[in-house]
Amino acid sequence: MLDELKILRDHGIQYVKDLRGATLTPLFRGRPVVNLEVPQADVDALVSMCPSKAIGSSPLSIDLGKCVFCRECEFAFPTAIQFTNDFRIAANRREDLIVRAGEDKPIRLDESAIRPEIRKTLRNSLKLREVSAAGENSGEMELNAAGNVNFDMGRFGIEFVASPRHVDGVVITGPISANMAQALQVCFDATPDPKVVVLVGSDAISGGLFADSPALDRSFVEAHHIDLYVPGNPAHPLTFINGLMDMLGIEDR
Amino acid sequence: MNQYHQYVRIKGNPATVKLADIPMLEYDLFFEQAIHILHNPDCRCVSYFAKPDNGALTCFIVLSDGAGDIIIYGYRCNERATLPSLTAKIPAMHIYEREIAENFGVTFEGHPWLKPVRYPYNRSYSDWMDSYPFYRIDGTELHEVGVGPIHAGVIEPGHFRFICNGEKVLHLEIQLGYQHRGVETLMADDSSLLKKTILSENIAGDSAVSHGLGFALVTEALSGVEVDERLAQERVIAQEMERVAVHIGDTAALCGDVAYQLGQVVCEALRTVMINTTQFWCGNRFGKGIIRPAGTRYPLTADVRDEIVKNLTKVKREYGQFTDRLFSLPSVLARFEGIGIVTTEQARGIGAVGMAARTSNLNRDTRKSNPYLAYRNLEHEPILMDSGDVMARAKLRADEVVQSIDRVLDMLDKLDYQATSATPNFGLAFAPDTLAISLVEGWRGEICHVAITNDEGAIDHYKVKDPSFHNWFALALAVRDQEISDFPICNKSFNLSYCGNDL
Repeated sequence: MLDELKILRDHGIQYVKDLRGATLTPLFRGRPVVNLEVPQADVDALVSMCPSKAIGSSPLSIDLGKCVFCRECEFAFPTAIQFTNDFRIAANRREDLIVRAGEDKPIRLDESAIRPEIRKTLRNSLKLREVSAAGENSGEMELNAAGNVNFDMGRFGIEFVASPRHVDGVVITGPISANMAQALQVCFDATPDPKVVVLVGSDAISGGLFADSPALDRSFVEAHHIDLYVPGNPAHPLTFINGLMDMLGIEDR
Repeated sequence: MNQYHQYVRIKGNPATVKLADIPMLEYDLFFEQAIHILHNPDCRCVSYFAKPDNGALTCFIVLSDGAGDIIIYGYRCNERATLPSLTAKIPAMHIYEREIAENFGVTFEGHPWLKPVRYPYNRSYSDWMDSYPFYRIDGTELHEVGVGPIHAGVIEPGHFRFICNGEKVLHLEIQLGYQHRGVETLMADDSSLLKKTILSENIAGDSAVSHGLGFALVTEALSGVEVDERLAQERVIAQEMERVAVHIGDTAALCGDVAYQLGQVVCEALRTVMINTTQFWCGNRFGKGIIRPAGTRYPLTADVRDEIVKNLTKVKREYGQFTDRLFSLPSVLARFEGIGIVTTEQARGIGAVGMAARTSNLNRDTRKSNPYLAYRNLEHEPILMDSGDVMARAKLRADEVVQSIDRVLDMLDKLDYQATSATPNFGLAFAPDTLAISLVEGWRGEICHVAITNDEGAIDHYKVKDPSFHNWFALALAVRDQEISDFPICNKSFNLSYCGNDL
């Protein structure tokens, strides 16, 4: 017991006190800023180089729902695109994930598009079932990390639990392989109403790098209302927790 | 003896060979030669696959002789051919033959169990995963337990079917393939080198550096690029940091499974320090972006060095303090010792690699047998355990963490901070009609990437082998005769990859 106490003392306090105001290392790849004055030839080159077809032209834009945050566009054309370390990039409307040239404003949830029953019933306690639908593991590990001693989303009553019968929503990672389509649907059907659906990571939101793969079945995403999109490759725990706090209407603490 | 030397032997890792130089034998001779070579316990098969061409197949076998050389040869046959099975003589070949059988309908006669590996895309049969007939034993005393594909925790999907007698597990059948995304197909299409590079980092997120490196080495070998010494060292440092982070995270998971919560949170916090150090270096906690073909975007500057030295020194001290305590707690030892034993013979029989091999006293470590990059100049001695149980796998992690941290600190001390490395090149031209292979020791074990180019120098076949491809069977053996309640801790002690297997 004394050994345990010594370990506890030596390791000190670990939790991030201010989850909204935390600062990540400058190199962290968060919300990009896109320059308005980019020559057409560079725009064309950017569009064709992007590995997940996230970059669009006229005007130049990046779709964070497709972006894999490799930052190679910035390395190739540093005056056209810069990635900031702003990690608050979750949105509840798919189109809000598209960052257009000349727009340098934070990405936030559209309050009017949040279903009223979410805040009414889930604000103080949100239990979630995670389905890894061909996720490559880093996204799953970041979701686990969201509940660990550092990020501690449990302080808001947010928690991942085992059974879909016990939850208020389904969180999906991965591009959704054909082999997981049925299991995902079964899990969703087993979840009582009202329930939320959250897509985490570019793969889940758009298929990401795997969008063209014949081994996927993304009909679930097309068939259901999505309450929250959390971009990233993988999404950072702070991105995920802040997105949920915004959706639930939890103020800073 | 000479009839058993009909192969091409290449030195080094990564390595390339012209397709025209690879002998294509009659299957009978292929078969006899493979058995002859693989009877040497130092030799092992690192890849065996078929490349389709209009109904015909060209099959390549890639062997490591254990002394640094790679042996390659092959044979041709047709799809849906019937051939004698190697597995009957060399059990470790079972998984390769199953894969070829699934993809191309080849029947390997004498194979005990040609169970499909993945489903549903890119295969020769039209059946579906849902109708797969699980192995069964009928008896009034026996019962089945099915787990998954969605598990209790936030982890990847797989299905485990136990046949139990009371609490005791008679047999575990592991059904994978739920994560199948068609990675190899995407690696061989006409997309850009940039896309393939990022794809390689996304084969298995916990091994982003190692799989990224496997791909980078293959592309560099195909284009004749030799990276400079400085970059060769940085890549090894990144890989060793990945190993430390995952081993500490797995220690947390093992503590969680024996309800030692203090251990779980202490190790979670230490893992956070590790991956935040990687994030400081390259902006991503898993090291995505560190490995690029022919160069780097994130040179290891003096600032990065200072951060790594500070944090690794802290992690080494605190993790050491903690594991001293962990391995002296009777309540932990009672759950770790003698649980989930895999014997040396079993490990060799199934072709175990990496951690799963070394904890069963089987010396398999690519850093020693086929050294690449800076490992060529490092005196790497693999750490071995002989008990093959959960304790061995926990202890190996603890020891490898210390070994890797010491190595990183030592390398950082000697790194030339004046030297600069090239920036990545996504316009590399590849040699035509060539096969390139790289072996990388990820934290789980040997990762093998093979690329084959066509006459225009484009990759037209790609093969990835994650260590889990072999090691999943070790888990099935480990839980035999154990209580089913020991399954979670056996599973965590291996921490095998689903997506690395499913691809």
